[in-house]
Amino acid sequence: MDSLLNPDRPPVFCPGCSHDRSVHTLDRALKEMGLKGSDVVIVSDIGCSGLFDTFFKTHAFHGLHGRALTYAAGIKLAQPHLKVIVTMGDGGLGIGGAHFLAACRRNLDISLLVLNNFNFGMTGGQFSCTTPEHASVASSFLNLLEKPFDVCNVAACAGAPFVARSSVYRKNLPELLAEAISFKGFAVVDLWGGCPARYMKKNPLSPKEIESAIEKLQPYQGVISTNIRREYSSHYREEAAKDTAGVDWQGIEKTFEPTVKERREVVFLGSAGQRVITGGGLLGRAAILAGMNVTQKNDYNITVMRGPSVTEVIVSPQAITYTEVGKPDVIVALSEEGVRKCWGLFQKMEKEGRVILAAGVEIPTTDAEVLEVNFKAGGIKKKERALAALSLLAQTGDPVTLEMLREAISQSFHGKRLEEARLVLEKAATIPV
Amino acid sequence: MSLLFIDGNQAVAMGAIHSGCRFFAAYPITPASNLLSAMLDTLPSAGGIALQGEDEIASIGYCLGASMAGMKVMTATSGPGLSLYSENISFAIAGEIPIVIVNIMRQGPSTGSATRGADGDVQFMRWGCSGGLPVIVLAPADVSDCFTLTVHAFNLAEQYRCPVIIASNKEIGMTSGTLDMERVEKPAVIDRTLHEAGPFLPFQVKIGEDVPPFLPIGGPILVRQTSSTHGPDGYITTNPSEIQAGVERLQRKIDSNMESFSYFDLEKREGARTLLVAYGITAGAARAAAAELSENQNIPVSLLVLKTLWPVSEQVLQAAAMGMERILVVEMNLGQYVQEIRRVICNQRVDFYGKMSGQLISPKEIIEEVTRG
Ligand code: SF4
Repeated sequence: MDSLLNPDRPPVFCPGCSHDRSVHTLDRALKEMGLKGSDVVIVSDIGCSGLFDTFFKTHAFHGLHGRALTYAAGIKLAQPHLKVIVTMGDGGLGIGGAHFLAACRRNLDISLLVLNNFNFGMTGGQFSCTTPEHASVASSFLNLLEKPFDVCNVAACAGAPFVARSSVYRKNLPELLAEAISFKGFAVVDLWGGCPARYMKKNPLSPKEIESAIEKLQPYQGVISTNIRREYSSHYREEAAKDTAGVDWQGIEKTFEPTVKERREVVFLGSAGQRVITGGGLLGRAAILAGMNVTQKNDYNITVMRGPSVTEVIVSPQAITYTEVGKPDVIVALSEEGVRKCWGLFQKMEKEGRVILAAGVEIPTTDAEVLEVNFKAGGIKKKERALAALSLLAQTGDPVTLEMLREAISQSFHGKRLEEARLVLEKAATIPV
Repeated sequence: MSLLFIDGNQAVAMGAIHSGCRFFAAYPITPASNLLSAMLDTLPSAGGIALQGEDEIASIGYCLGASMAGMKVMTATSGPGLSLYSENISFAIAGEIPIVIVNIMRQGPSTGSATRGADGDVQFMRWGCSGGLPVIVLAPADVSDCFTLTVHAFNLAEQYRCPVIIASNKEIGMTSGTLDMERVEKPAVIDRTLHEAGPFLPFQVKIGEDVPPFLPIGGPILVRQTSSTHGPDGYITTNPSEIQAGVERLQRKIDSNMESFSYFDLEKREGARTLLVAYGITAGAARAAAAELSENQNIPVSLLVLKTLWPVSEQVLQAAAMGMERILVVEMNLGQYVQEIRRVICNQRVDFYGKMSGQLISPKEIIEEVTRG
């Protein structure tokens, strides 16, 4: 196979820069693997390592600093046949730390070459996440205060199944890179080299010194057997194929005649656990069975299992333009904290309005008719209260009837949940009010 | 007859599926997280990919990669996440990467209130990234718009190779409503134009055109994408005239075609001296107010509901404002889009009413504002 180097754009690194060697080594690896340019995409980011994609006749994606792994993931998922090679410096690795950890955990078939030269070369030799504490760099004394990051240790801890550390000067590096690129999963190669223009000015670093520094560290030579697992993209497709849930483009069919001529506003004021929002949804579905328009707006605490729970349902044979309740026709008051949240609403009600009030819950004075219900005495559990109240409302036929509610329930629930809901309706019919 | 009972976010998801979107990535954030759920529920079984990114920057990054690899992509967030998208949005502008970005606005500034709506990002969506080049922003007013404008958003993103932002609001995204799929407008789906024959340069436009034909990364012909200032070949350029021509083209491709995608509803009423202007969730209250004033209080009021916020359509605004004594702009913020309207309608009285308290602006408030004069 031919070289994949771009004859029109020869590498332009500073004399003696180890990146030059990395470019040629990567090309040898690709050549040995017999890859065509269209089989490969090089994804790079910013800095001197970000020039890599321009030197190759492959697909190329050059993006924002530190984010190369994110673009690479999108490309790999969309074009699974591609060999996706990411080049990033130690600068980009530090910026995109979260993406690095995520990539190790995720295990997409991507190869990451960290072109590690211990500083931000292009911007003037500032310290990066891999700068040794003792080095003298352009960030004053700051690197003295921080511990450098061991790329391989982090990758292995985060779950990368292939991790290798090497000097760019190593003889059999093309073979190592080819092994990383052929590996079916996320492969990280921490490639140590020198930046003569910046870092090496004050911190001489010969190939020998690089070798011996690497030898002092825990060796990483490729496969981490404890991290071996399935490649994400193929696994994703396999799981997705089991997924049969489709989109409901149809919705709820009209089987009843509309029960009201004008807009009705119904508010449920309750607490988490009373299934207030489910109750509002059932009311909505029941109204839609008569072809009416419905909106439902919910308000609950971010701690979903505690605190007030409020749902506002508007039912109207006409289009609903304004989706907030102004003057409720019905308030279902199930709990103290729900009522307190919307205290002012009761004053806005007119005398035709109705309040279904759980016994013992205090409400402000209102012109509306109040129907006090002893749910407890009727054997209605907390989680059944909203539905029980709804069935009491449906007994009046406004804005939905009991038949509509029954149908909404049987369309919404199945199995045990359906039986339970039907039972609630039966119990509600006998509650002392 | 049958009706769907879905919220705005679910309608956006359906619009996306209808448009051929097969890649979605987002990071959970209220009030956009149920859009993530809707896509996770529907995309895999439709043969697509839905992902939860490790953060917002990653989520939009996944989308940009997948879009360049040929897929129709979408992401969704709210103000805090949109802030993190900024750098990648300017990349999508510069690299001409089609993407639909859904911004379900919530009360700001900053973390603000996760479960309270607002329209506080209206200028931010236009000006919130480096370089200042135009973006397209569409604002749905209800569940039905969420479907239709999502289809338009994909069409525009694909046609013009650019990011398109859907400016929704917690009050639309998380409020359920009824939708008749038979009656909802379903624009014809448009795909990006592919390069057909001859030598391919990734950013080369045909003579007389402003949008470069596309080829995916991963196909037989090599494709380059870059966030750096580039010439038609996709390599860095430092040639000032090439740079200038490039940015002018990016501006021109959006601005010179904008009238074709300036969506709006105009309710013109005979004898109206006031024009109400609203968008998004406030449009519903403005509609109710205009109807009440005109039908029951003998004060005819015209109403302009804007669905394309950016680029600003001067034609639409001027035509609607013609002959009006007063233009009243109502927004769920402290006065953002009104600045654009004052810029365009400079010889007429333009008033503003708005608030950003987490509560909707009611028809009553608008009526009071109109009758105050
Ligand atoms: S600045 Fe350093 S890393 Fe960059 S090209 Fe020069 S020597 Fe190489």
